[in-house]
Amino acid sequence: MQPPADSSTPPPIVAESVTKTFHVPEERSHTLKERALHPLRKTRHQTFKALEDISFDVRPGEFFGIAGRNGSGKSTLLKCLAGIYGVDSGRIWMNGRLSPFIELGVGFNQDLAARDNVVLNGIMMGLSPREARARYDEVIDFAELREFEELKLKNYSSGMHVRLAFSVAIQVDEVLAVGDAAFQQKCFDVFNSMRDAGRTIVFVTHDMGTLNRFCHRAMLLERGSAVHIGDPHEVADRYLEINFGRDPDAAGRRGTGRAGDGEARTVEAWVEDQDGERQSSLPQGRSMTIKALVAFAVDVEDPVASLYVLNEDHVAVLVATTARENERSGRFIAGQEVLFAFSFENVFAPGRYSPLLTLAHRGTGLDLMDRFEGAFSFVVTGPEALGGLVDIPVDVSVSRRPIVSEQVKA
Amino acid sequence: MSSEAVPYEGLGRPIRGPRALTDDWSRFWHLTYNIARNEFKLRFFGSALGYLWQLVRPLLLFGVLYVFFTKVAHVNNENTPGQQHYGAQLLGSIVLFTFFAEATAGAVRSVVDRENLVRKIQFPRMVIPLSVVLLAMFNLALNLIVVLGFAIAEGVHPMLSWLELPLIILMLAAFSTGIAMLLSALFVSLRDIQPIWEVTSQILFYASPVIISVETVKEKFSATLLHLYMLNPLAVVFQQFRHAIITHGTLSAGQALGSWAALLEPLAIVAAVFALGFWVFNHTAPLVAENL
Repeated sequence: MQPPADSSTPPPIVAESVTKTFHVPEERSHTLKERALHPLRKTRHQTFKALEDISFDVRPGEFFGIAGRNGSGKSTLLKCLAGIYGVDSGRIWMNGRLSPFIELGVGFNQDLAARDNVVLNGIMMGLSPREARARYDEVIDFAELREFEELKLKNYSSGMHVRLAFSVAIQVDEVLAVGDAAFQQKCFDVFNSMRDAGRTIVFVTHDMGTLNRFCHRAMLLERGSAVHIGDPHEVADRYLEINFGRDPDAAGRRGTGRAGDGEARTVEAWVEDQDGERQSSLPQGRSMTIKALVAFAVDVEDPVASLYVLNEDHVAVLVATTARENERSGRFIAGQEVLFAFSFENVFAPGRYSPLLTLAHRGTGLDLMDRFEGAFSFVVTGPEALGGLVDIPVDVSVSRRPIVSEQVKA
Repeated sequence: MSSEAVPYEGLGRPIRGPRALTDDWSRFWHLTYNIARNEFKLRFFGSALGYLWQLVRPLLLFGVLYVFFTKVAHVNNENTPGQQHYGAQLLGSIVLFTFFAEATAGAVRSVVDRENLVRKIQFPRMVIPLSVVLLAMFNLALNLIVVLGFAIAEGVHPMLSWLELPLIILMLAAFSTGIAMLLSALFVSLRDIQPIWEVTSQILFYASPVIISVETVKEKFSATLLHLYMLNPLAVVFQQFRHAIITHGTLSAGQALGSWAALLEPLAIVAAVFALGFWVFNHTAPLVAENL
């Protein structure tokens, strides 16, 4: 997706080497007594680098996404852009007005009617009272709350509250930044129409689906650093990689879930991409191979090797076995090492998978020699998780049938 | 993009983080005014007597003090110097003190209580304590009308010296604003400020010519003590109000201080308090969102 090209107007937001450090006192003394009792004790401060050397620019008419998991610095960056936090070093330029809706409806007074709240919010965001009053009608109509405009906010339902807050945000702002709130279809429609109208939007999220759906470009934050800036699909891939890769469970636990008589053992197993490189994360849609190196302790005739690929819910998404190809796999002698390879097209939905490998004696495949489970896992990255277990190519066609009205029939 | 490659020309305005003040003074004023106005609307919204409560409180205090000091303690002898129209003098002082107490005590928690705004919206932080002072000012304006009505009913005639009223209010407002800025900024990191200020405010009530007139102080204490007493900016404001608005029979602030030139001393205190409050608030403002 490309934003509408427009080189004549200056970029709405430019950030250059923005760095922000928080000093968090280890013990906060709020009262005089605490200070009087320990007058000489210096409050120790922990410094926490929330943002480090962040540079990016948002182009006119662009829908710019900022992604990152909790604590990666998204909100801090947003607050720095909005001027709520001062930066330690670096510079930010803003062309236009940014209204930081870290949360919607901030500053609404529950005891006042919609009108007072909307006008005060408008002034907060930098409108003159006249402008704020002029936009009130648009806001209240958009929110479809005209008949409740005299009602105090505390008597609003939560849905009405959100509607009002969101209308204020979109009717009043030129650059809108919204928090992690779960917006539903109406908001998405609004985003789309705003994007089509060439409004510049900074969108902060950890929902990769939303990122791909709306953003022209995106930036991925991880521990306060900009890991990647560019195409939202790339950013989403990196996000999945980083976040699943960081999982402490990801480092393989070896030798757990072992079972069987031990006449053969899987020594090692791994995942390769289409180029034969070992990987722990693989993009969707390419071919991949799971390989297992097996050592035989005794002579074994016609063993059966099976692969189960389990998803996070321990559902076997894929099962493959050597018995299917050739029931008679042959004779393997003691001390021999054998490489089993399972190659297939990666159609898994994005997420983490842990393969389970079994080696069994000839027959049903239930007489186990070895069970190799939980030893390793891999991550599938993809643009969006639609909710299915697999993403296989689907041809979707729509054809209209001619309308036959009742009258004609009769 | 390397940092050298960023063209500085033609960029938007630089974002410099939160500050106490702003370049956009009309927005600053609109914000202050609208917050104060909404608070004013809210304060008595839903109560049967509405605004009247704002009036009833100082009037009740006045009633109690008036009955006690005129009928029980017999302070008001119309023949004693400075005691003419004692009721109007007392009410005037009470109303002025009510403004001071509202503006300062209301400011203490103001920044902390508006945490949701401070942490989520960029606006000049000074708006918060100033809106508290402005709200108190709305109430003062309405209360002063009642004071003047009461004074006229008591037989006070309009005087040319009524024109001094804006100057008197200005001095009071500057003093209150200085303290409001100071307290609201300090309270963010030091929560003892609230009880400390409650006590201090009480002390100032009795250390100012509200119940006791300056003449009584002059009579009972040395000239040095009277001078010290009059260094309190509230004493100057209340006394000058009593002199200029109610009766020339009582001493003016200048007379009580000994000379008009000595008036510079309490004025210097007001300026110092204002400057200190401004300085402290200005230094706290950029970090207040992080320290809350």
